Amino acid sequence: MGDWMTVTDPGLSAESKNISQYTSETKMSPSSLYSQQVLCSSVPLSKNVHSFFSAFCTEENIEQSISYLDQELTTFGFPSLYEEPKSKEAKKELNIVAVLNCMNELLVLQRKNLLAQENVETQNLKLGSDMDHLQSCYAKLKEQLETSRREIVGLQERDRQLQCKNRNLHQLLKNEKDEVQKLQNIIASRATQYNHDMKRKEREYNKLKERLHQLVMSKKDKKIAMDVLNYVGRADGKRGSWRTGKTEARNEDEMYKILLNDYEYRQKQILMENAELKKVLQQMKKEMISLLSPQKKKPREKADESTGTVISDVEEDAGELSRESMWDLSCETVREQLTNSIRKQWRILKSHVEKLDNQVSKVHLEGFNDKDVISRQDHEQETEKLELEIQQCKEMIKTQQQLLQQQLATACDDDTTSLFRDCYLLEEKERLKEEWSLFKEQKKNFERERRSFTEAAIRLGLERKAFEEERASWLKQQFLNMTTFDHQNSENVKLLSAFSGSSDQDNRTVHSKPQQKKPPSVSHGSPVCTSNVTKSLPASPTLDSCQMSSCVSEHSSISVLNITPEEMKPNEVGRECTNQTWSVASRPGSQEGCYGGCSLTYTSSHVQKDDLP
Amino acid sequence: MNFSEVFKLSSLLCKFSPDGKYLASCVQYRLVVRDVSTLQILQLYTCLDQVQHMEWSADSLFILCAMYKRGLVQVWSLEQPEWHCKIDEGSAGLVASCWSPDGRHILNTTEFHLRITVWSLCTKSVSYIKYPKACQQGITFTRDGRYMALAERRDCKDYVSIFVCSDWQLLRHFDTDTQDLAGMEWAPNGCVLAVWDSCLEYKMLLYSLDGRLLSVYSAYEWSLGIKSVAWSPSSQFLAVGSYDGKVRLLNHVTWKMTTEFGHPAAVSNPKTVVYREAEKSPPPGLGHLSFPPSRAGTRPLAALESKYEIASVPVSLQTLKPAADRANPRMGVGMLAFSHDSYFLATRNDNVPNAVWVWDIQKLRLFVVLEQLAPVRSFQWDPQQPRLAICTAGSKVYLWSPAGCMSVQVPGEGDFPVLSLCWHSSGDSLALLSKDHFCLCFLEPAEGRAALGQQDSRT
Repeated sequence: MGDWMTVTDPGLSAESKNISQYTSETKMSPSSLYSQQVLCSSVPLSKNVHSFFSAFCTEENIEQSISYLDQELTTFGFPSLYEEPKSKEAKKELNIVAVLNCMNELLVLQRKNLLAQENVETQNLKLGSDMDHLQSCYAKLKEQLETSRREIVGLQERDRQLQCKNRNLHQLLKNEKDEVQKLQNIIASRATQYNHDMKRKEREYNKLKERLHQLVMSKKDKKIAMDVLNYVGRADGKRGSWRTGKTEARNEDEMYKILLNDYEYRQKQILMENAELKKVLQQMKKEMISLLSPQKKKPREKADESTGTVISDVEEDAGELSRESMWDLSCETVREQLTNSIRKQWRILKSHVEKLDNQVSKVHLEGFNDKDVISRQDHEQETEKLELEIQQCKEMIKTQQQLLQQQLATACDDDTTSLFRDCYLLEEKERLKEEWSLFKEQKKNFERERRSFTEAAIRLGLERKAFEEERASWLKQQFLNMTTFDHQNSENVKLLSAFSGSSDQDNRTVHSKPQQKKPPSVSHGSPVCTSNVTKSLPASPTLDSCQMSSCVSEHSSISVLNITPEEMKPNEVGRECTNQTWSVASRPGSQEGCYGGCSLTYTSSHVQKDDLP
Repeated sequence: MNFSEVFKLSSLLCKFSPDGKYLASCVQYRLVVRDVSTLQILQLYTCLDQVQHMEWSADSLFILCAMYKRGLVQVWSLEQPEWHCKIDEGSAGLVASCWSPDGRHILNTTEFHLRITVWSLCTKSVSYIKYPKACQQGITFTRDGRYMALAERRDCKDYVSIFVCSDWQLLRHFDTDTQDLAGMEWAPNGCVLAVWDSCLEYKMLLYSLDGRLLSVYSAYEWSLGIKSVAWSPSSQFLAVGSYDGKVRLLNHVTWKMTTEFGHPAAVSNPKTVVYREAEKSPPPGLGHLSFPPSRAGTRPLAALESKYEIASVPVSLQTLKPAADRANPRMGVGMLAFSHDSYFLATRNDNVPNAVWVWDIQKLRLFVVLEQLAPVRSFQWDPQQPRLAICTAGSKVYLWSPAGCMSVQVPGEGDFPVLSLCWHSSGDSLALLSKDHFCLCFLEPAEGRAALGQQDSRT
């Protein structure tokens, strides 16, 4: 702007701005129509502009004004408005093109300037507001600073006051302490003084008493007397004895006798108590040994227990115990041994209990953690549903069979309708076939469902296995101890047969049993486990609940479920064979009966897939 | 429960004979001996003056009546009513008189505790014991009657002398480490003597029969100390009640504290049963309103029945603010008594005067609290079974046993404020004493024992 001002004529400087503005307005190019909007704010000034134009350029001074403009423009670096003179003499001619170009450029420039100005103005505004904001911020901060400074001063003042107070209190405390000390001293001194006075008084009193005694007693007060009708005998009937040295000795003897008796009595009591306590201790020890020794077998098997050495001690002690059954010999060594062994065992027991506690808490924690695993209830519900479906299907088949038989019977009876019968039969057959295929499809669906479900169940088992592996080993041991479980299983077999509805199914289960049992005989590794699996997997929920009557058995069955894949490898093929043969052998009408068998094969194969790399 | 008729009495002098056959009571200068079962007068003796002290001899053959004012003691024989004995202490005066355990000697303490005279009923002999100490409980006999311990004061020092009662020979004489010995008591087994200092200092000393110091126990310093002491009948515990409102049980093996029982005014343990005496308002229309109010005011408790209610814990008991500026402040455990089977300990904290605490000694915890409407005057255990009789100077007697408790109105005309009570040795009857009357209360033995679930051990 400054440059502009310096260059332009001072008299015109103000107007020249307007010129450039209004020229653009008056001779707007069609392309720059939009800029009119920008400039519309200055429209009211246009009249003024016209008058100004008339003032600048008139008819008379066109030439001058053109030359002036040319001059002006050239000074600003625009090309001259005049054509390049062909010769020196030739008159300068106005180049319209140049003029237009110039004008256009001026217009563009003008627009740019306007834009720039606008930008600058907005920026200015922005900066202004920023400035304001900053200033206010600054003021605020300054205020804050001031207040915090004041606060600091206040706090410092308070601190100082508190310290002052504290010092005062300390002083007071010290004073009080001094006071207490002083008072105590006073009390002590007064007590001594009091005691001294008391003693003095008492001495005086004693003197008086003595004097009184003399006075009262010495004058042979004849009043002091006993008036008795006759003397009575002693209570014990004896005569009074003279006081002699002998009686004195006797009295001493008696006294010591009494004391001795008392001590003897007390000793006896203490001995009795001791014996009682020893008995309790002994019993405790025995019980501890009996409690600890069976559990120790397993850790020794595993050979991972540090207590292994202690156990041998325990058994040694047990030997000692039997040797030292004479508990009455309460010599120190025995006592020490006893207490030591008890202590040791107690420690073992404690650690054992603690371990168990830890395990339990861990299991609990994990049990709460795995929410993603299908819950047992869901499992049972699902199986129940499936069973219901199977039942329905069975019923349907039965009714169909009945209908078929009826039809056949009626067909045989009537000869006249033999033709119809044939037709009917055909029709019936067709229909039956259709139904049969439908039914098969349904069955397949069921199978699929069942399969998916068993898959889920297996997954559940496997997932459980992961966090219960540690516990499983322990439980397994217990499980193995429970040899009775085998018998339970055989009972469960019967239960299963009882649960499967119709008689032919019963037959089938009976038939299938030996087939099923054969493979386990092949896998002699753990017959209990395999038999358990063969039953527990296809088992209905009711059966499940039967088997899992106790917590231990439930866990053990789970562990078995998890263990079986490895253990059943050898008999896997054989079992599938049996299943296949079974399904083949069974009549098509009752195929649904072998769902359990089929699913069993599926599950077992899945297990194999999952577990075997 | 039956009550006898009301008999006259003075100075609360009414005692069952140790063998349980007789009941002696004094009315002014007369001594009346009754048969316990029939309550008929067997003997009537006339003393020279109003009797101030009366005591049965241990064999129930003699009764001594002391008239302190005249320095006289009269002894009466039950077997020979014509036999008489009069002991005159003359100008020496008399402040205390008691039987020796053999029932043939009388110990008279002269005025100013100048000496103790031992008079024998068998021989003419008279023994003097000099320098007896004037204190709360200066003479104590072992339960078997063999030994007597006597507190003495010589040259501003406390001594204890142990005498053999059979011939009054001095067995042991030793000084005690006390500032001002206040009392002493033999353990029931007669082998340990508990000696305690005055209330200015908490100090409990335990001496063997042969004078050895077994142990010293002091719970705290500076503040007021021991107020009451009781041995358990088994000699296993020594209960020490003190001014801080606590009872400390010392055991007989180490003589250290086994436990301490505080007596807070608020009972919060839910295992503790709090029985609270409640007045039953008399049924309306029974003429209560017809009484003039002044008359009703004169007999506040007599007209009203009361019963026990089980208060739900936590319970806060009514406390008394002791006057700290007075001597002998009403605070601390002032009464202590073990039941005769040693299973229970009854205590009274003097600044909670309406309550009796019963502690279970087997479990060493508070068992029952009985809160009465009036301050407890006295309590005593049944000598046969765990049963506690309490009186509160009202016309009721209260009985507690582990099975429960009850309050019984003493029947009869007029008011009968029970100031004191004493059990018959069989535990079947109870003498209730008021200021100038007494009556007997008979407890049906079968009924009572059945209710308590106890076996009748009488032979």
